[in-house]
Amino acid sequence: MSEVAVKDTSKGKKGKPKKLSTRVDFTPMVDLGFLLITFFMLATTLSKPQTMEIAMPPKDVNEIDKTQIKASRAVTIILDKDHKVYYYEGTRENNIDPPLNLTDFSPTGIRKFLIKRNLDIWVKVGDLKAKKAAKQINQEEFDKQKNEIVAAKTAPIVIIKATDNATYGDLINILDEMAICDIERYAILNIDPFDLDLIKKKTS
Amino acid sequence: MPRVKIPRKSTLLDMTAMCDVAFLLLTFFMLTSNFTKKEPALINTPSSISEIKIPERNIMMILVDAKGKVFFGIDGQDTREKMLTKIGESYSIIFTPQELKDFSLINSFGVPIHAMKMFLDMKPEDRDRAENAVGIPCDSLNNEFKSWISAARVVMNPGYRIAIKGDKVATYPVIKKLMGTLQDLNENRYNLITSLEHEPVIEKP
Repeated sequence: MSEVAVKDTSKGKKGKPKKLSTRVDFTPMVDLGFLLITFFMLATTLSKPQTMEIAMPPKDVNEIDKTQIKASRAVTIILDKDHKVYYYEGTRENNIDPPLNLTDFSPTGIRKFLIKRNLDIWVKVGDLKAKKAAKQINQEEFDKQKNEIVAAKTAPIVIIKATDNATYGDLINILDEMAICDIERYAILNIDPFDLDLIKKKTS
Repeated sequence: MPRVKIPRKSTLLDMTAMCDVAFLLLTFFMLTSNFTKKEPALINTPSSISEIKIPERNIMMILVDAKGKVFFGIDGQDTREKMLTKIGESYSIIFTPQELKDFSLINSFGVPIHAMKMFLDMKPEDRDRAENAVGIPCDSLNNEFKSWISAARVVMNPGYRIAIKGDKVATYPVIKKLMGTLQDLNENRYNLITSLEHEPVIEKP
């Protein structure tokens, strides 16, 4: 382009130093700059993926823990085909099966039930979260108080089971519901014939 | 009437400022970015409200695609080489230095161990072809996945994390098998990778 310093070929007056323009055309450089920006924008991931932390019980402790759950606190959730969710409270007592309910992952489904079941703690933790959001308490204080709240003896203990027709997405969904409903005590267990039998009876 | 003379202005702009901006942005992107890692299968992760970020280094990544095929990868070229040597020992396969080097450049893979040599001898562009993404066997009879994990945890630095990145529609039995295998190895804490979803606002009932 015209601003690029061009060597003056015309015969100027001798002795007079040639005046060369110091201005350089930056257009190609800008082009290059934006090209590289585009490349970096496309080739990179800006945000790291989210993760959910999960701790499974060690294999040998499993059996002991199972017996310790009080029936009044136990809620069993069974995930089935087509994102269906079954749940029942307590366990089989005096040869009477607990009533099995069918629901789904919608806000009025399993979430509504879990919040109702865990209402006391859910409200308290909700208040605590609001306090934290308003910067009245710091993370440390929040964790401490939350741990105190969720340790309540009335808190439900959720047992999550899934049939072979459930998907990984369902599992994540239900774990997510645990986080939403502030249920801290839950376990993922293998489904047993008793549960399958309950579903069979329900669907037939 | 004399015509009004419009003074001719140069159409040239001073590009210096624009150039500055361009390179500033370029610097920003170069410094903040980490490259997208190539994955052997497209995985559509489920979403959750969890906001915990995953660490970038020292991580074992287990991928499960929509069809339930399992892929595995660890970070660090050095650790990858060591892992392959280790697994070669337990299956009595000897890998050449070239194969080790090729392996160290692969982010995650999904081939059975007996096909590994063949896989590494392929050209890099052939490795990405769909028919080569067969998955690592993880049945109870032939649990190569277990061998990979146990090989990986020997070579990795302490404090490593295990992350499972599964597809939404992957069936539960596959996940159950993986979790069972991890439980057998006494790896009880791991991360499940999800995409972000906003926490729903729920009215108090």
